Amino acid sequence: MSDTPATRAAAATPPRVARKIKGLSDRAIAWIFVGPTIFLLLAINIFPLIWTINLSFTNFKANRIGREVKNVGLRNYERILTDSDIWLNMQATAHFLFWTIFFQVLIGFTLAYLINKKFKGNDLWTTIIVLPMMLSPAVVGNFWKFLYQPQIGLFNYVVGFLTGRDPSSFEMLGSVELAPWSIVIVDTWMWTPFVMLICLAGLRSIPDYIYEAAEVDRASKLRQFFTITIPMVLPFLMLAILFRGIENFKMFDLVVQLTGGGPGSTTELTSINLKREAFEKWRTGYASAYAIILFVTVFGLASIYVKALNKVKER
Amino acid sequence: MSSFSVTEPSRRSKWFAGTMVILYALITMVPLVWIMMTGFKSPADAISYPPKVVFEPTLEGYVNLFTTRTRQTEEFLAANPPQTWYEEIVREYDMVIAGPSKFGERFLNSVIIGFGSTFLSIFLGTLAAYAFSRFKIPFADDLLFFILSTRMMPPIAVAIPIFLMYRQLGLSDTHLGMILLYTGVNISLAVWLLKGFIDEIPLEYEEAALIDGYTRFQAFYKVVLPQAATGIASTAIFCLIFAWNEYAFAVLLTSGTAQTAPPFIPTIIGVGGLDWPAVAAGATIFLLPVMIFTILLRKHLLRGITFGAVRK
Repeated sequence: MSDTPATRAAAATPPRVARKIKGLSDRAIAWIFVGPTIFLLLAINIFPLIWTINLSFTNFKANRIGREVKNVGLRNYERILTDSDIWLNMQATAHFLFWTIFFQVLIGFTLAYLINKKFKGNDLWTTIIVLPMMLSPAVVGNFWKFLYQPQIGLFNYVVGFLTGRDPSSFEMLGSVELAPWSIVIVDTWMWTPFVMLICLAGLRSIPDYIYEAAEVDRASKLRQFFTITIPMVLPFLMLAILFRGIENFKMFDLVVQLTGGGPGSTTELTSINLKREAFEKWRTGYASAYAIILFVTVFGLASIYVKALNKVKER
Repeated sequence: MSSFSVTEPSRRSKWFAGTMVILYALITMVPLVWIMMTGFKSPADAISYPPKVVFEPTLEGYVNLFTTRTRQTEEFLAANPPQTWYEEIVREYDMVIAGPSKFGERFLNSVIIGFGSTFLSIFLGTLAAYAFSRFKIPFADDLLFFILSTRMMPPIAVAIPIFLMYRQLGLSDTHLGMILLYTGVNISLAVWLLKGFIDEIPLEYEEAALIDGYTRFQAFYKVVLPQAATGIASTAIFCLIFAWNEYAFAVLLTSGTAQTAPPFIPTIIGVGGLDWPAVAAGATIFLLPVMIFTILLRKHLLRGITFGAVRK
């Protein structure tokens, strides 16, 4: 310690000066430490977002840089909100969100409840269940496409085997009715573990003495489940729903690989539609307005939801 | 614990719970096992009906994944006997290996961008998390919320300006550009997770170090960093998994030199459509590191997920 130049200098100088030589002030260090992160976030997230807002009022096209850019006011927004096709995409997205969250909560909570019974080796099996959510959605989606092939796919074969139907009589990805469900199945397979883990954290946070007190009061097991377990896990569950909701609203990679938005536009979720407008049709201004509408929607819904969540927590 | 404990589940319910969970785990594993199996099948076995569970394993998929091949005349094949075992495999289809495929390159890009952005996220994230945990920063709560809210943005909402910005700055389709981008996405998670871990380290350790004459910097890297090592490691794995798996930005902002494996694997074409064994081989190689990570570090990962989520 004593051989560093700073401490030697500190020993030789009066206390006040020593403090300055020994190191920067806490406040300076704080800014040096936080500064780069804030700067990076401004550069990679906030600045582009402001730029997107700007572009949304223009008729700019990113593939024609030299062209004169005109300010079109709110016309992009007007066109999007009155476009019936976009409302169909919104509906498809809402449908997808509802069913994925429904199944993930149902299966995820059940699994967490069962794992919480602390049976032997539950750690190992939990890890196996968690594996899919660690994998790349694009690669997983691509592979599920193979499993869904009507003639050769494992999925069709197993379903055919279990139900007695001809495996090549239904096309998960090719038919208008089944294609949305093919995405719901894969998303549930991938993300149920997430809901399960959060529920598990919730279940483990319930202190034992509450159940012991309920037992003394002779509350039935069923009653204990509905008056203790469910209310205590609810805030966790709602949090899991929030995260899954935001993530699934942004869902892109899995669907692009699985169905690419087809057949027709039955699985064209808003993010896929947006990508098409921005990077295939190159209607940059229009796509920017679309992006802002989606962002405001997510943000609005999320903040209403968070308010509800806080109310549940207070109880 | 006595056998009368009311919170200890009965043996029968444990048995039931175990059976159900194991059943679900086995169903979960089927697609994963199928990917790995398909990687070792011949193209004919991969698309046979009914699907083959028992088959003769071959490395053809892996050879096809790593090489490009051309068809050759019989005279040429007869005059040049195969030199290696992988030459032998492609000879069965009257082909010779023309050169390496792009998979190795793409995989290497995934490694460079994944580790680069993880390193940067952890470096910046640890500094910021330490500052938020230990110093009085004006509007700290608002700043922290701001950092988190950047994660709610759909990638496509910012992809257009980033695309334009990167084109201006010469960052499009470069490793540096992708590293910076993924760091920007990852850093919110890193700061939040790491702040939690650093909060748990008792303040007394640092105070003792400061009294001993350490500067703040010294106290930070000699006392706090070693204490936070496990937290830093598990956060790093999360950042790495994200960067490793990311697809949307990769497919929109890269086209060649800096393209990672996820946009590449689905495009591996064989004779007459997708070469499924090669695709499966690529997927296996790509998924395996993450799966091994998950199994080895399961305790930290599970804690990280729930902890991160519950904190927010």
